[in-house]
Amino acid sequence: MSRMSWFNTVSLTLGFAFLYIPMLILIVYSFNESKLVTVWAGFSTKWYGELFQNDAFLNAAWVTLKVAVMSSTLATILGTMAALVLVRAGRFMGRTLFSGMIYAPLVMPEVITGLSLLLLFIGIGLDRGVMTIVLAHTTFAMCYVSVVVSSRLVTFDRSLEEAALDLGCSPAEAFRLVTLPIIAPAVISGWLLAFTLSLDDLVIASFTSGPAATTLPIKIFSAVRLGVSPEINALSTIMIGIVTVGVISASLISKQALVRQKRDEQAAARG
Amino acid sequence: MRRFLLIAIPYAWLLVLFLVPFAIVLKISLSDAAIARPPYFPQFDWAEGIMAFVRELDFENFIFLTEDDLYWKAYLSSLKIALTATVLTLVAGYPIAYAMARAPEEWRPTLMMLVILPFWTSFLIRVYAWMGILSNEGYLNQILLWTGIISEPLTILNTNTAVYIGIVYTYLPFMILPIYSALDRLDGSLIEAAEDLGCSRAQAFWLVTIPLSRPGIIAGCFLVFIPVLGEFVIPSLLGGSGTLMIGKVLWEEFFSNRDWPVASAVAVVLLLILVVPIVLFQRNQQKQAEAEK
Repeated sequence: MSRMSWFNTVSLTLGFAFLYIPMLILIVYSFNESKLVTVWAGFSTKWYGELFQNDAFLNAAWVTLKVAVMSSTLATILGTMAALVLVRAGRFMGRTLFSGMIYAPLVMPEVITGLSLLLLFIGIGLDRGVMTIVLAHTTFAMCYVSVVVSSRLVTFDRSLEEAALDLGCSPAEAFRLVTLPIIAPAVISGWLLAFTLSLDDLVIASFTSGPAATTLPIKIFSAVRLGVSPEINALSTIMIGIVTVGVISASLISKQALVRQKRDEQAAARG
Repeated sequence: MRRFLLIAIPYAWLLVLFLVPFAIVLKISLSDAAIARPPYFPQFDWAEGIMAFVRELDFENFIFLTEDDLYWKAYLSSLKIALTATVLTLVAGYPIAYAMARAPEEWRPTLMMLVILPFWTSFLIRVYAWMGILSNEGYLNQILLWTGIISEPLTILNTNTAVYIGIVYTYLPFMILPIYSALDRLDGSLIEAAEDLGCSRAQAFWLVTIPLSRPGIIAGCFLVFIPVLGEFVIPSLLGGSGTLMIGKVLWEEFFSNRDWPVASAVAVVLLLILVVPIVLFQRNQQKQAEAEK
């Protein structure tokens, strides 16, 4: 169907207006001069200036970034291993339990995950701080990574790896030179997903962080409980901007890769 | 050896950081609150042995949950809110997914990206955005007062209405995507056949399109219902004192009342309630995966 009916046009317009207008309002009002967020008093970037003077926010941002880099990297390694186990390891003792433990955290309410991890950390006497948040984020993010990577591994043609082994590669070399490059897009999107989940998480971080480590979501949450503030609007605008640039460039890169792959396949077919 | 390590490392990680914490929650839910650090009793003591320890455990906290009507009201109200919000999200999401599947082919990747983009944006910020819109002097009231539709500002923030708006807004992509992928696969000639055989447009929609997109509808509903049931951020920022949701109760029980055994018991019961939808969701996904083979 090439022409859209009026009904479809209306539902798309309304739907996307609903999804985007709240964020647009946030962005527009972050440039508002007035301290009263709902009254427009002229254009100003002063809230951005104040934000960058605010040490508490800058520290929290730094902690959040550290946690996100560490936990998403660990989660990617563990999640990729788990995906290899799920797709390739065949039968072994406790396989059902293993796949259960991979899928359960995906549907577990965050309050329960947070509570249970906190009770563990207290039980073994681990001081709460950056370390414990990293452990917590790694655990739930690795499950997301393994789902993403295993969906790619399922369609992977194993004869490619066998060919590499026949041609004299060791299993490790075959994995590094053949398997890894092919599943790389899934591994990278798994890392990105883990990274965003960690940046975004409030509930689990609140349970597992100590007084020494406050992440940005915890800081934002305690600020917005008191109401809307122009500084938070400025911070939100920066975060929305980063995500938008990230998502658009990632989709452009993957589109380019797809085009290149198609071209290569066509060239190979022509031989 | 390599295979062993490949299995053992992620396995051990999940055992220690997922299963064991869970067992601890279960154990503490059977313990009693105590004014101590950590604030519960009994503590496990190797010297006295496991039987002495087990004898101290009881179901007191669970009995307490049934006696104090705060808790069962919170469970019921969470179920009600999650169910209503799921239906609202479906009603809002289906037409969008339908229109996306009907849009010209070259638009679809862009439309997909527009649906996914909010999903990557901070959840907290998306909820926060509504606080400025719905408050008494917020943008919505300003517009309504200015256009003369209302003469007094409406109280929306800190009510259940705000919670519903927040849930529909943040979970809409989870509803749209599975329905879109079901509709996208739908063979258009089936609808034409129905129309050729004398169905009106509306009949063809009810008799062909809806049943064939059912797996997507079911997946979308569970993807909204399951996380909303334990939701904390939305009720605590947009809801009021009258908004009872179990995620919020658990949070307050732990952080404000510092009653760890009761908080653990609340968590155990929430999980028991969640088992049913989770199992149903898994079955739906499996059926779908088999149908695709």
